[in-house]
Amino acid sequence: MKPSPFDYIRAASAEEALDGLAAHGEDARILAGGLSLVPMLNFRLVEPAMVIDISGIGALDYIRLDNGAVEIGAATRQSALERWDGIADRLPLVHAAFPHIGHYQTRSRGTVCGSVAHSDPSSELPLCLAVLGGEAVLRSAAGERRVAASDFQTGMLTTAKRDDEMVAAVRFPVAEPGSGYAFAEMAQRRGDFAIVALAASASGERVRLGVGGVADHPTVRQWDGLAGGALDDALNAFAWELGGYDDVHATARYRRELVRRLGRKVIEEARSCRS
Amino acid sequence: MPQLNRDTRHAISFTLNGKPAQGHAEPRMLLSDFLVHELGLTSVHVGCEHGVCGACTVRIDGAVGRACLTFAVQVDGKKVDTVESLTPEEGGLNELQKSFRSNHGLQCGYCTPGILMSLSAYLEENPKPSEDELRDMLSGHLCRCTGYVNIVRAVMEHVGNAP
Repeated sequence: MKPSPFDYIRAASAEEALDGLAAHGEDARILAGGLSLVPMLNFRLVEPAMVIDISGIGALDYIRLDNGAVEIGAATRQSALERWDGIADRLPLVHAAFPHIGHYQTRSRGTVCGSVAHSDPSSELPLCLAVLGGEAVLRSAAGERRVAASDFQTGMLTTAKRDDEMVAAVRFPVAEPGSGYAFAEMAQRRGDFAIVALAASASGERVRLGVGGVADHPTVRQWDGLAGGALDDALNAFAWELGGYDDVHATARYRRELVRRLGRKVIEEARSCRS
Repeated sequence: MPQLNRDTRHAISFTLNGKPAQGHAEPRMLLSDFLVHELGLTSVHVGCEHGVCGACTVRIDGAVGRACLTFAVQVDGKKVDTVESLTPEEGGLNELQKSFRSNHGLQCGYCTPGILMSLSAYLEENPKPSEDELRDMLSGHLCRCTGYVNIVRAVMEHVGNAP
């Protein structure tokens, strides 16, 4: 199994990478950790003429607190965020999701931004970004813009990113004081692609629930003051709205049931974590 | 580094198991193929070639990585370690490898070098894992012979957490 031939640039700076994107557009792909792109290259699902490697750009390898958000640069490995000393306090939802994100052996090389840019519908990091209301920072040679997670991922492996842009950073809003967060996932093995992944936040009477692995992108609902039977009804309606499908891993019916039951579980857990 | 042309075999210099190594590769050549076919390191086992099975796991600048998801040109100037790096100076097997042997922690052995390389990094971070932690880490490797029982036994005995 071999990728088709491509030219390669090991970019020394973000500017060099963006110049490459400006010159080659849709024929170019950004390579960071390679955990998403290289399988697609090996399967020849993508055949770019140019691969631009940003993994060595020190200026893109950072985790910093900025204006109420944790901003993570494009070259930052998932393992770096996992080990960041602020993760449990600042990003408790991402902290709870981490054991489900790939494996020890993939988090060591895979990047946070790469997972968001790849936008697999069952990925955990895009789901967390959506539930928390985070942003993707898109940069091109012409400038920079921020796109809300809800507008960024438009479908399966498709995003609002233009061909001349790269995901330069992602911004996860810092946990709100008094809020609770919880994450749950059903997969064949720990670390495999989720059949259904669920992330919840609870603040006062308001809850937000995000579901990955069912629709073609992470889908979030927000409810106020729902409990008991009303919550069950809301979860049931949400499960049907997601439009699940049958595949080799699970039936649509099973996926709906996971949304109902695990949805309730993560909401209750998030509520119990409120301080 | 300037742009590397797709049709050219580019010189790559790096540190392999503590010694300088050189080779040539087109940009699309995977590190797994480069190590096996260019440098003759047949310990790097190629399984799924999309990052799932873990048989090709090596260490790149100390961090575990899938050689099949890395290009040879990416390791230019870097440090790569394969299972050969575990061999003690006097030769033979290291203590973890001996524990694999005495606990029958392998049958066909195809997955073993990758698992040993993951463990070499993981046990540096977490020298005394619980069985649950170890099994979670091992979820990044496929072994179709042992059912993992003897692998877990070998590691737990090695770290002194044997039941």
